[in-house]
Parts: sequence; structure tokens; C-alpha cells
Amino acid sequence: MLRYVKAVLALLTTVILAWVLNTKQGDVPPVARLLSPYQGFWRNGETATDFPAQQTLHLPGLHQTVRVRFDDRRVPHVFALNDHDLYYAQGYLTARDRLWQMEFMTRVAAGRISEVVGPKALEYDRFQRRMGLPLGAANSLREMLKNDTTRLVLESYSAGVNAYISQLRPADYPFEYKLLDYAPEPWQPLKCALLLKLMAWDLSGRSDDLRLSNILSKYGSEVTRDLFPDYPVREDPVVPVGAPLAFTPLPVPAAPPLFGAAVSGLVPEREPDAELGSNNFAVAGSRSASGLPLLANDPHLQLNLPSIWYQIQLSAPGQNVYGVTIPGAPAIIIGFNESVAWGVTNVGGDVLDWYQLKFRDSTRREYWHDGRWKPVRRVVEHVAVRGRPDVLDTVLYTHHGPVVYDHDEKPFNAQTPVRHALRWTAHEGANEVLAFVKLNHARNYADYDQALRTYASPAQNFIFASSQNDIAIRPNGRFPLKYPDQGKFILDGSDARQDWQGWIPMSQTPRVKNPERGFLSSANQHSAGPDYPYYLGWDYAPWDRAHRINEQLATMHHATADTLRRLQNDDLGINAQTMLPWMLAMVQAGGTPVSQTGERGGSLQTAVLQTLQGWNYHYTAKAVAATVFELWYQELVRRLWEDDFSRAATGLEMRYPARDRTNQLLLNQSGNPAASFQGASPWIDDRRTPEKENVHDLLTASLQFTVDSLTRKFGPLGPGWAWANQKSTDINHLAQLPGFGHQDIVCPGSPGTVNATGARNGPSWRMVVALGPQVKAYGIFPGGQSGNPASRYYDDMLESWRTGQLDELVFLRAADENHPRLQAAWRLEQ
Amino acid sequence: MKPFLLLFLLIFLLSSLAQLWLPWWVIIPICLGLAAWQRAAAGWAFWAGLLGVALSWWLPAAWLNTHGAELLAHRLATLLPLGGNSWLLVLLGGLLAGMVGGLAALSGAWGRGAVSA
Repeated sequence: MLRYVKAVLALLTTVILAWVLNTKQGDVPPVARLLSPYQGFWRNGETATDFPAQQTLHLPGLHQTVRVRFDDRRVPHVFALNDHDLYYAQGYLTARDRLWQMEFMTRVAAGRISEVVGPKALEYDRFQRRMGLPLGAANSLREMLKNDTTRLVLESYSAGVNAYISQLRPADYPFEYKLLDYAPEPWQPLKCALLLKLMAWDLSGRSDDLRLSNILSKYGSEVTRDLFPDYPVREDPVVPVGAPLAFTPLPVPAAPPLFGAAVSGLVPEREPDAELGSNNFAVAGSRSASGLPLLANDPHLQLNLPSIWYQIQLSAPGQNVYGVTIPGAPAIIIGFNESVAWGVTNVGGDVLDWYQLKFRDSTRREYWHDGRWKPVRRVVEHVAVRGRPDVLDTVLYTHHGPVVYDHDEKPFNAQTPVRHALRWTAHEGANEVLAFVKLNHARNYADYDQALRTYASPAQNFIFASSQNDIAIRPNGRFPLKYPDQGKFILDGSDARQDWQGWIPMSQTPRVKNPERGFLSSANQHSAGPDYPYYLGWDYAPWDRAHRINEQLATMHHATADTLRRLQNDDLGINAQTMLPWMLAMVQAGGTPVSQTGERGGSLQTAVLQTLQGWNYHYTAKAVAATVFELWYQELVRRLWEDDFSRAATGLEMRYPARDRTNQLLLNQSGNPAASFQGASPWIDDRRTPEKENVHDLLTASLQFTVDSLTRKFGPLGPGWAWANQKSTDINHLAQLPGFGHQDIVCPGSPGTVNATGARNGPSWRMVVALGPQVKAYGIFPGGQSGNPASRYYDDMLESWRTGQLDELVFLRAADENHPRLQAAWRLEQ
Repeated sequence: MKPFLLLFLLIFLLSSLAQLWLPWWVIIPICLGLAAWQRAAAGWAFWAGLLGVALSWWLPAAWLNTHGAELLAHRLATLLPLGGNSWLLVLLGGLLAGMVGGLAALSGAWGRGAVSA
């Protein structure tokens, strides 16, 4: 008997151990399946022979033969004989390199991460759905499928992705599927639309309405107007002031009385990332060495691996275009062809508003609008959660949009006020894919003009240059037709006058073509000057990058692609140039710098001040002064506004005034040290202390803090204080996997310089195009073409990116053209 | 010693072959069946299962760790965390599978003993 028990017990132990090793346990991957050399991660290795120089792949559904050449960066150059095959091949090749990334991103957009990682992503998923990303994607998809061109593009692309997925056995799945233990699902056109909505969320999903309403209710409209003006003191708008207006503007809706929204005591959980931005610029033939235009673009996004962008050349009858796209989105988003080049930067216009709702009773089945009770629509979201039953979530919809948070919900994002409906352009259906497909085909300015008309969200500054010597820029997208300041604060959801009253016609968005000055640029600043007839929003990126770019462009003559490359890598800090001389003069105005820590601290401060005095305002990787200035300025701003606008001091969620207003107050309204700071702005005093602080006190205390904290962090003043150490640029894996990214990359630039490389965000693609009889283009991104962390093409471009170099992009005119950098030629056949 | 060698070799060969097409846990019936069939002594059965299966993982993993998968193995060994040492990953994987193989073979030996007693 005992023998049986022993045998059964041994078998049971075996089976249990095998089950444990075969199953995902919480966040621990299924160890045996992952580590098996037959099925697991070992199978994802990549050797030279895995990428044949010549091969024919047989893919079901292709109409004709597609020829693909690969260059030494593994960029595919696709030559198809019809559009169906072109986008099919794009889908197939993109999936081959980036399947996990493209599928994961669409899950992020759709609020379907819990399906993969379990309940810890539930709040995130609910948030995405309540924000209405899937809703907006479904609306856009309807528009895209109505159009014959985009239906063909999306369906062919999806068929190509699915052709790749259907070839895979579990042992072939990309590494991340094995680690997270799930399988790819069939691709659908909806996923392409979801990706665009995810971009809309990243680039237009932020809002200070709640904060401004709180400020308005605490300090009143005069202070709000003074500290949060609609147009900055210093600005250099995208469309220069005085650009001719070629249309008769529509009447703007009358402004109803300002709405005093309920003060929200909402406690924030996280700050939104305001650092995302981009640069683009073009110089006319009059300023270039070739006599034809040059164009540059560098979109700044969160830097991740696999890389955000994917390079590809697409050629078929009627088009031959090269550029980058987001894996999962068909066509080219930023690129060039033989005749034109274009690029995009984000428009900071206000296209997202919150409406405070009045429900009839606690059942929230009706809400008050335009003098009557209107029904609330209820949509039940089914959130699949790994290892648990589905979670049902009822979302309330008004005619404004979804109620992102209901009363008893835990807010995920501080910027989302409770019991408000969301109105957002990303919910509208529009055909952005058509705009890109038309740009890919564009041959001249008229084609560009035509292409942009269906582009809605996220609004972008589309810069353009052509070999006909035209340059142009257009902050383009669907903008609500607003009365001034509409949506700067929380709006009254019961007052029909505060609804969005229609749209600015697509023919009346700000625009400029071939300006006298011979250059154009954008860097997320205001779209147009005060002479533009419509209100677009009040809060744009600081002018620093825009100002520096325009200042440099204005001095350019005989510019070449390399001149533009150097400007992309410019690291001069305009804010430091503006503020540091004043800060140094003011802190020394009281004699020797004050020290609270005695003699040693005093001499250290003197040394630090000397370092600052000798600085040329360039944020080089080694610049010690950049480290000191950034922290000193940041600390000064904090000390200036914390007592008035921080939640800790006021109990309310608010924000600080913008940088240019802050600087104006410091430079012009802080009083004169010679007159004991008489007449200084009352904002300078720290109202939490009985003493009356002046700006000298703030500067001294913040410098002291800076020196102390840098000494603690880096040791004695020296090369250890280098800017790159303080900034610490990281490029992480999309799923935050340790070991799969690059940390502490030594590179110049800061969020405020043209080379806007920060801690996590930065130029995600740098491109320079020189138009001409033979277009020449250059580009780089911080990563590589492959999404496979086993591949050397996962991050092979990183070093060139870090050092500010660009690759010459291999642009082929024909499938059989010879080029020394071509390495492989494949055929895709039915 | 001879019966051990034979069992070890059989387990190694059959496991290597079967895992090319079947999930890794196919080693359980293989080890169990072979140990029972060979009427192996319990101790020898365990070691033959452990080493036979472990070797069926060590060899291909070592090959892949020098032919294309070394970078990924290094990254995964950083994630797990094993200090980025990909050879530890080779060793660990084989030992885990080997434990299952050894226990399965032990079950087979004890089971055969119980039935034929």
C-alpha cells in the first residue's frame, strides 16, 4: 500500500511542479515555456542567415508580384504594381518587424490591457474607455470605410498583417508574447483608427480647465486675466502676424456670462506630461544653396523601444514615397517623395472641454440642458480581465460626450474633473488616413491643400515644401468655432449657448505660403497672432524653441541639409539667456551671496556663481552651469508660486502661470534692489510667512537649495554635475522591462532647447529633406527598425541619434536600381 | 551503471525528439514510461530523468546562446534578474526541466515497483 502512496505522491508532485512552471503566476511568466529552447525565448534569436539576401515569399491574397529591397538599416523599399499589394506588403513587413508593439499599442488605446496583465490595469482600461478613445476610433473607422481609397488601404494593410500572423506558430511569436503569455489576435482596420486616437490622446488629451476654474473662483477674473493671459507677452506665432487673410470670417458666437463652476476639491494622482512637442521648419530656395527648398522635422514624443516610428519606402503606380509611420498605421505620416516633403508638429489649440452637469436626481438618468431635462444614454463596457470574470462598467453619455468619471469613481488622472461631460474633437469621425494617402501622392501645393481637408485630430502644424519652390505651413485640424475663452474654464453643461457651435471651416484655418522672409517654422507655439479672427486656445508651449529656430533661420543663406541638421541639434537655452543675467545680477545685488551654512557654503556658492557667469547658455552634455541654472530657476519658480497656486498651500488643484508671464513678473515687476524692492508685485511675498520676502530672498534661498541638493546628489562641484547626469535621458521598453532599454544616455539638449531631449521625451525622428531634381533626404530615430530585442537592428541607430548625426536615406527610383547600401531583395508572390 | 546510462540516453534522445513538435511537458510521460519500462532503481531513475531532460535543454540552449539569442538572453537575464548572465539562464532552464523529468522518472520507477510487487 505504502508503495502505491509513494508512487502517487511522486507523480502528483511532478504534475504540480510542471503545472506551476507552465503557468503564468501573477507577474511571473510561465517559466518552463519561456525558457524552453524548443518553444521559448531562445527561438527569438536572430542570426545573419535568418535574413536571406534573396527569397520569394508566397502570401495568399496578393494580386501581383511585389519586390522589396532592404538597405543596411533594414528599411524595406517596397515596389508594388497596384495599391492593394502596396499596403498589403506594408502591413506584412511592419508586422514582421513590430507585431507585438503595434498590437499592444492598440490594446492600450482600446482599454484592453487587463486582458493581458490582469486586474492591475483595470483602472487604466476603464479610463481609456470612459475618455471615449474606442468611441472615437469607431466613428473614424466609419468615415474611413465609406471612402473607397481608404477602405482599400485599410483592408489591404490588415490582410498583410494577418498574412504574417497566420504564418506564426507559438514558437515564432515575438518575445513579449511569450513573456506576458498571450497570443496575437487578428488585425482589423479598427486597430489603425485606434492608433490615431492614441496619438490624439497623447497630443491633445490634456486640459487645464479644472485648474483654471479653481483659480478663477479663488482669485477672480482680473487676476486670472493678468496671470493667465490669452496671448503671451513674447510670442513668435506659427503663422506670422500680418500674414494675409484670404477669407471673410464667419461670425463668432456671442459669449455668455462667465460661468462660475463648482470648485473641485479633486486630489490629483499624477501630473500630465506637458513636455511633448516638436519642431519643423522649411527654408525657401532664396535661402538655400541649391535654390530649392529644404525642410526639417523632429517630432518629440516619449522615447521608447521598440521605436515609435518605422521607416519604409512605398512605391506603386502614381506614387513613390519615403518616410516614417507608426507601426499599425498605413501609408507615410512624415516623409517626402520626388516632388514634395512634409512634416508635422503638434498644435496646442484647445479642442477638449469639460461641461459641468446638472442631473435631475441621484439616478442620473436625466440632465438639464437648454431649459429641459434630457435623457442620459448608458453604455455598458465589458472589460475582460485575465483570470477573472469580465468587469462591467456603465458609462453615461450626454450630447456633449461621455461622463468620464461618475460620482463614486476613483479619478485616475487629476485633470479629469468629477461629474463633468467631456467634449473632445477626437470623438468625431474623420478620415485622417485619407489625408496622409493624399500627401503621399502630392506633387505640388494644390495637392497639399487638397490633402489636408479631411484631417481632423490631433491637430498638427503641417509644414510643406515642393520642388516648384513653394513652402507653406498650416496649423490644421478640426477646431471648434468658439467665442473668446470658451473652454478656458469648465463650461456650463446646461446652457446651450456654451455648447460648441460648429467648426472653423477647413479653408479658414491659419495658413501661410511663401512668406517674404523666406522661411517657416513651428515649435508648438501659438498658431497665429492676435490678428487671426478666431479663438483657438490660450495655452501653448513656451516660445523658446520657436524663437531660437526663427532667429537662426533668419540668418541663413546658402543653407544646406547640414545647416538644418545643425539647427535640429541646437542646444542654446533661450530661457537661460533671458533670465540668468538678471538672476545673477539680482542675487549679487545685496553684496556677497548670502550663505546660511557658513564660510564653506559661501565659497562654494561663489564658485557656482562663477561657473554660471562663464556659461554660454548651451545645454551641452558636459555643461555644469546648465544643471545649476535649471534647478535654480525651477526652484525659484516654485518658491514664487507655491504659496499661491499649489495644492499643499491652498487645498485646491491649480497650476502656475506660464513661463513667459512668470519671467515678465520677475524681470519687470519684482522691484528695484536700490529702492528696497518698493512696489514689487505682491505675488513675490510668501504669504505663509510673517516676513515680507523680496525677490532677492527667493533667489538666495533657491540658489542655496540648488547647491545643497546638487552637492548631495553628485558630490563636490565638478564634472560630476554635468548636465547629462542631471537630465539622465532614458529610453525604456514599452512594457518597462528592465534590461530592454537604454538608461542614462549621454546627450545634449533640454526640453526648452531646439534639441528637445529631456529625461524621457525627445526627438523621436529627425528628418531633413533637400528638394531638387534628385531629392536627397536624411533621417534617424533613437532605436532601430526591428522590434525584436534579440536583433542588432533593435537599437542600431541609437548612437548616430545620440551624437546628432543623420543617415542619408536610401530613396530608390526603381525596384532594380543599384545602390551600395542595399543588402537584400525579396519577392512577395501569391 | 549500465542501466542508468541506457535510461539516461533514452530519456535524452526521446525527450529531445518529442519536444521538437510537442509541448515541453511531454517529458513527463516519456520519463515516467521509460523508467517504468526499464525497471530502473528509484535513485538511478531520478538522476537519469534529471540529467537526460536537462541535457535535452542545455544543448540546444547553449547552441542558441552562441548563435543569435545571446543578446536577448542577456536582456532576459537582466530582467529576471540573474545579473545579465545568459549562461545562468541556460543552466537554470535545464535544471527546472530536469527536476520535472527526474520526478517523473522517479514516479515511473516507484509505480512499476508498486505494481510488480
